[in-house]
Amino acid sequence: MHGLAFDIAHMLAGSLVVVSFLELYQDRILALINVYAAHALVLTLSVAWQALVQEAPHLYVTALIALAFKAIVIPVALRRIVVKLGIHREIDNVVGVGLAMLAGIGLVALSMVVMLRVTAEADPLAREDLAFALSVVLLGLLMMVTRRNAVSQVIGFMSLENGLVLAATGAKGMPLVVEISVAFSVLIAFIVIGIFLFRIRERFDTVDVQALDRFRGERR
Amino acid sequence: MVIDALIAVAALLFLAPTGIVLASSSIGRPTIYGASLALSLALVIAGVVSLSGHHNSAAVLPFGLPWLGAHFRIDALSAFFLIVVNLGGAAVSLFALGYGRHEEFPGRVLPFYPAYLAAMNLVLLSADAFSFLVSWEFMSLSSWALVIAHHNVRENIRAGYIYLLMASFGTLALLFAFGLMAGAGGDYAFAAMRAAPPTAGLAALVLILALVGAGSKAGLVPLHAWLPHAHPAAPSHVSALMSGVMTKVAVYGFIRIVFDLAGSPAWWWSMPVIGIGALTAVMGVLYALMQSDLKRVLAYSTIENIGIIFVALGLALAFKANAMTFAAALAMTAALLHVLNHSLFKNLLFCGAGAVLASTGQRDLERLGGLIHRMPQTAFVFLVGCAAISALPPLNGFVSEWLAFQAILVSPQLSSWGLKLMIPAAGALLALSAALAGACFVRVYGIAFLGRPRSDAAGSAHEIERVSVVAMGILAGACLVLGILPGFAIDALAPVTQIVAGGRMPVQTSVEWLSIVPIAASRSSYNGLLVFLFITASGMIGAFAIHRLASDKIRRSAIWDCGFPDPSPATQYTADSFAQPIRRIFGTLVFRARELGEMPTPNSTAPARFVAVVHDPIWDTLYAPLVGFVAFAAEKLNVLQFLTIRRYLTLVFVALVLLLLVLAAWP
Amino acid sequence: MALIHDLLFQGVQMLLVLLLAPLLTGFVRKVKARLLRRRGPPLIQPYRDLARLLRKDVVLAHNASWLFRVIPYLIFAATWVAASLVPTFRSGLLFSWTADLIALIALLGSARFFLALAGMDAGTGFGGIGASREVMIASLAEPAMMMIVFAIALIAGSTQLSTMAAFMNSPEVGLRVSLGLGLIALVIVAIAENARIPVDNPATHLELTMVHEAMVLEYSGRHLALIELASFLKLLLYVSLIACLFVPWGIGVASADPTEVAIGVAGYVAKLAAGGFLLAVFETAIAKMRVFRVPQLLGAALMLALLATLLSFVSRSF
Repeated sequence: MHGLAFDIAHMLAGSLVVVSFLELYQDRILALINVYAAHALVLTLSVAWQALVQEAPHLYVTALIALAFKAIVIPVALRRIVVKLGIHREIDNVVGVGLAMLAGIGLVALSMVVMLRVTAEADPLAREDLAFALSVVLLGLLMMVTRRNAVSQVIGFMSLENGLVLAATGAKGMPLVVEISVAFSVLIAFIVIGIFLFRIRERFDTVDVQALDRFRGERR
Repeated sequence: MVIDALIAVAALLFLAPTGIVLASSSIGRPTIYGASLALSLALVIAGVVSLSGHHNSAAVLPFGLPWLGAHFRIDALSAFFLIVVNLGGAAVSLFALGYGRHEEFPGRVLPFYPAYLAAMNLVLLSADAFSFLVSWEFMSLSSWALVIAHHNVRENIRAGYIYLLMASFGTLALLFAFGLMAGAGGDYAFAAMRAAPPTAGLAALVLILALVGAGSKAGLVPLHAWLPHAHPAAPSHVSALMSGVMTKVAVYGFIRIVFDLAGSPAWWWSMPVIGIGALTAVMGVLYALMQSDLKRVLAYSTIENIGIIFVALGLALAFKANAMTFAAALAMTAALLHVLNHSLFKNLLFCGAGAVLASTGQRDLERLGGLIHRMPQTAFVFLVGCAAISALPPLNGFVSEWLAFQAILVSPQLSSWGLKLMIPAAGALLALSAALAGACFVRVYGIAFLGRPRSDAAGSAHEIERVSVVAMGILAGACLVLGILPGFAIDALAPVTQIVAGGRMPVQTSVEWLSIVPIAASRSSYNGLLVFLFITASGMIGAFAIHRLASDKIRRSAIWDCGFPDPSPATQYTADSFAQPIRRIFGTLVFRARELGEMPTPNSTAPARFVAVVHDPIWDTLYAPLVGFVAFAAEKLNVLQFLTIRRYLTLVFVALVLLLLVLAAWP
Repeated sequence: MALIHDLLFQGVQMLLVLLLAPLLTGFVRKVKARLLRRRGPPLIQPYRDLARLLRKDVVLAHNASWLFRVIPYLIFAATWVAASLVPTFRSGLLFSWTADLIALIALLGSARFFLALAGMDAGTGFGGIGASREVMIASLAEPAMMMIVFAIALIAGSTQLSTMAAFMNSPEVGLRVSLGLGLIALVIVAIAENARIPVDNPATHLELTMVHEAMVLEYSGRHLALIELASFLKLLLYVSLIACLFVPWGIGVASADPTEVAIGVAGYVAKLAAGGFLLAVFETAIAKMRVFRVPQLLGAALMLALLATLLSFVSRSF
């Protein structure tokens, strides 16, 4: 019916939705960071596949940014900071896992209905990928809303951004995708750093790195 | 044919005063129940002849409203429900021939029982709104009298009061529905209503009113509140009739109004029906899992099955609105087959509960146990009933669930988006309620019949009368036969679906090996007979091989229990503890279920306490405020009782002036 | 002639599943042992266990009822019939039209119903624990399974296993999202239904960790042998089901050509080995969950399956 290219693109977009659900299911921060790394990895594969199918080499750059920055650098950095600040044992759900998953299903259904009705005359591949992308965005928002911990909220925001990148790459011929990706990544880096500066300050009453050295010897 | 049916009904009505006369004598019980049995069988035959003969018969009698008369008619739909109602009535009458010996107040039961049967049949036979509503009310009143038969228990009086209120409310809704359909001309005969269907807006109102009116009698959430109180309060054979048969009469009312008289359905009609049905199914079984009174569990399970029937009816409505007559016939067949199946196994289960109650005096699951040793025949037929209601192949409960799932699998062809999202969710809820029903009946059977007796009453139980066991055995046999040979039942339903859904399923009896093929052979098929034979053959091969080739010795010994057997039966699982995991998963959200444990301080000899608290969400959010509001309004209006004469005169004067004003301003 | 062939193949299928089932469990145990750097029991140990149990006397509690004695035969019969209906090396089984996938799930459900009743019959705390936890797991696993069936049936256009296997083997199926979701959900449900880690530990006899073992605690001798054989058959059934629905290459369609049959059988044994190996690796790598985390896992499977069905409802190309 449809070619293999269509099917693989679909499968990768669907996997992104599944990994978003997997993020909703986690209740420990370290596991959440790992799942986010997987989220970014699936995004990389999806963007790379789109680059192959659409013959748009600039999307390879986007894929590389996603791989290097979002799948490797950010998760590693987050992991180290989380362990160092000792917040890796907190559990932080506002609603239970079951209710969050149910709400997730409702959001996916909603985005299906909206996207498939609004874009009734467009190319079927693009329509359904947009529907999946909207689902990922909404699931990222759901995660930001149902978590108390700042790290989880940041990860929700990053998943939301992954959904936007998926939408952007799925639609053929969107300009400045690479530049937008870089800009978003810089924004996220600043948000993450900002949050941790706040955290460090409230923990130690100072952000002076020299002061941290004082605690290093005795406490360990 | 309708005249014969009416004669049988009249004979049943005649039995009522006979019951008053004979109640205290020893021939009262056999006479009344025996005559009811015979007359019910006669009505079953009338139904079968009408259904297979494919001819309708009508009659107009000079009772009732003078310009209308009383219209009576048997068409395929009423013939099918006549069969369902009277099969139940016959089986229960046979059961009561033996069980009735345990009745404490025969004078309060014997007169009303045949009247109740007569009223239900009259509802099915009525062909105009007036006789329908009069018979409906008569049905409510006679069953109310039976509910409060054991008037020495306070709860029964309260149950009867709630029942009467909800029944009146339902009849009011139906009255409005019929009034809307009769229109300005006021012609209440069904034939006239059929010929002049209401406009779209009025038809929508009729749907809602029918859902409320018939649904409250059937037990749809949130109008189910009376059912778990009233059904257990009545004597057990009457509970069987109320749960197994009267709820089906309510379903008949709904089908008659919505599928027959209200004209062709709009595209959105199925959505409230499916939604309410799915909600009812899940809530019913969740409530059932929280109860420890045996009859109350069965009453809530009735609510669950009514939910399943309404989901199938909603699917039929959706298909009918989309002119998919074939799929509509499939969904309708699933609904009607479940009507028949449920009446059979629910009658069986309630009769079994009656046997347990008569034999042990206990309804509380926490006081039963080990009855399989003391009441072996009742235990066997009750097991068949539990397996049937849990939708296990090769029994009949599975066939109607299977057909419902097949109908769901046809529904992606519907065009409405709302339905495309609602039907998978309804399917998931249906599957969830089926799984929970299995859990519920493992709990009921395991606690009541298996294990060790938890009280002296359970330990000294004895088997009940032979006649009652035979009645239950006939019902169990019917469950098996319908499960093995469903093709005949499906073909028999063809004229009914032709009327209400506009189509029929393919002929089943011509399929080879007696399988059923609802749509096409490559798509899905099921052969109950062969599944039954395979299971029996495999079991026997296994047994034969093992007994021949391996050992067949048995030794009896103390129970193993990992080496720490406890002699006290109190260390067994109780009904509440069995339901604890499910209460924790589902109940925390739905029922605000909490478990509170109080441990005594060290050195204190006070016992520890464990309390499981469960709230009823529907009562708390819907009924309690309503009751509070009515009490408040009554308090405020009470002041009208104590006015002076001058004030009363002012009231009359103001009312008169207002009415004259209205008359003056009327265009 | 064709009828004789079909009858023969159905009989061969029934015998094959019965003979291979203990071998699969033996293989899984051997691989688990090797992964833990032990030598492990021989591959044919389950056959020896069954033979030993069959020779022994049955020891019944004084208050065990007739139902307790009949239930092992019922469970074995239902599971064997169900396992015989799943296409293993060849689709187009003669009796595949007697019960479709929904009926198969219901057959397994009735086996579970009676097993839970057997647990309650003894009148002990252990039996009650096992039965109540088993029905809790079933109350979530069965709806998940039903939704998976819906999702696949909507794509394949049929609920009959032979037709579904043939469709999955044909080129029209393509890679679909709902099939991917269905596969994940089916694997989770299969783990829950077969009482494997992380849902239940098949090798333990500690009361806090057992569900299935608690229900069969009072069984001994030939009854226990039948129940063990039924659980071996159930594992084989689920691995065969996953293979026939998601890895159907090699399943011949209704033919009597000996090379095709040989390829089918070889392919089937290879799939069983692969499935057993993956199961053993998974069980070794992960720890058992707390009982009340299991509903969250199964709830996730139910949500995935519901999502798969929703997608199949919404669009033909999902």
